[in-house]
Amino acid sequence: MTALLSVTGLRKSYGSVEVLKGIDFEVKAGEKIALIGPSGSGKSTCLRCMNFLEKPSAGDIRLDGERVGVRPGGRGDSERIMSDRQLAPQRAQMGMVFQLFHLWPHLSVLENVAIAARKVRRLSAVEARDLAMEMLAKVHMSHRASASPLELSGGQQQRVAIARALSQKPKLMLFDEPTSALDPELVHEVLKVIEELAAEGRTMLLVTHEIAFARDVADRVMFLDGGVIVEEGLARDVITTPREPRTQAFLKQIRH
Amino acid sequence: MNSLDPFLIILQGLLRGAGITAVVTFSALALGLALGFALSLFRQFSPSKLLHGLIDVYVEFFRNIPALSHLFILYFGLASLGFRLSSMGAAILGLGLIGAAVTCDIFRSGFKSLSPGQTEAALATGFTPLQTIFTILTPQAMRIALPSLGNFAVQLLKDTSVVSAIAAPEIMFYARSMVTSSFQTTLIYATAAGLYLVMSLPLMQAVRMLEIRYGRVK
Repeated sequence: MTALLSVTGLRKSYGSVEVLKGIDFEVKAGEKIALIGPSGSGKSTCLRCMNFLEKPSAGDIRLDGERVGVRPGGRGDSERIMSDRQLAPQRAQMGMVFQLFHLWPHLSVLENVAIAARKVRRLSAVEARDLAMEMLAKVHMSHRASASPLELSGGQQQRVAIARALSQKPKLMLFDEPTSALDPELVHEVLKVIEELAAEGRTMLLVTHEIAFARDVADRVMFLDGGVIVEEGLARDVITTPREPRTQAFLKQIRH
Repeated sequence: MNSLDPFLIILQGLLRGAGITAVVTFSALALGLALGFALSLFRQFSPSKLLHGLIDVYVEFFRNIPALSHLFILYFGLASLGFRLSSMGAAILGLGLIGAAVTCDIFRSGFKSLSPGQTEAALATGFTPLQTIFTILTPQAMRIALPSLGNFAVQLLKDTSVVSAIAAPEIMFYARSMVTSSFQTTLIYATAAGLYLVMSLPLMQAVRMLEIRYGRVK
């Protein structure tokens, strides 16, 4: 089976600082992959390169075989990075969940989830609304559909943000530390929703500090440090019996 | 003879100018808001450094020179070059162009106060940059800008008094001409002041209602 997402030679530099130094990996359809590593290891940057919120300095990202973010150069032209307008249809195929939710405060919860279906997928108002209600039900937020995002707790906001990403009917879900900004007692409700999505067989790439969650929910874990993948393997193996000294040190430190 | 008569005659005289004051205010407001919003979009979202520079020059030019100078240039200066504007035309154009410089800054500070995450979330969802600007950013920026825009509208109403200098027949134009003929200085200027107050209070109230309707985003 070919990979849904394949990444080869991904590099990213900010000025003279190289934060990603050649990343290669593949995600098969239905796979859940957790990216773990110390802060500053480049894991969030790596995730944000998937939908070109960060523009990679080099490398090749393919979603379903299609090159993401780069137009092939024809007849002597070199390859060109796409504009945000050209990227829009590709980004729509990847749902993204941010650490700080980034719900749109001028729209209701329902509108936050329905608007992409209206504006991007061009569904009718009724279809978009029905879809939004269905997605809100998945994240157990139907009862707050008419609320303003500002009235919600962090955990509720993040669940709505997940519903918003799901409304895109994405091929791939990208989670960027979805529970890092939450009060400890709210982490569980968000992880539970992500776990339910995992059980549906969705393809996910997840940056997280929740090591136990990564072990239980992810199929594979990649440990990033210093801009490279130090260790990669089955989630249980990497987390319970890491081979690399740097992985061992990291896991020992966060378990302290 | 009723003792109120002189006042009523003055009021009647000044009211002839109130209509022009209202027309100049609303026309200049419309021009200032539309042009200022357009400028703020290009200043905030266009990648062109040249365009940024041109807009900055425009804003500084219109904000840092007195309104009277602009009005004289438009009315007398252009006329000497063969472009003759009516006093009303020059008044609306002048105050509108100055207003655009002011509202450009107001709209821009609205856009600038939004977190980059708002844009990222929209782009990640598959919105084009234009969809992001108009469905996600503009409504939020407008709400933030609303109180400042209200102040600007009231300021503009008061500033229309300077267009009497280019013979636009608004409230102060009639006030001055009545003072020169009747010398009831205090009563005439006090009545004019009262008239401005009567016009600006409903304007302020309208802005307040808009603010309640659209509630500021916290």
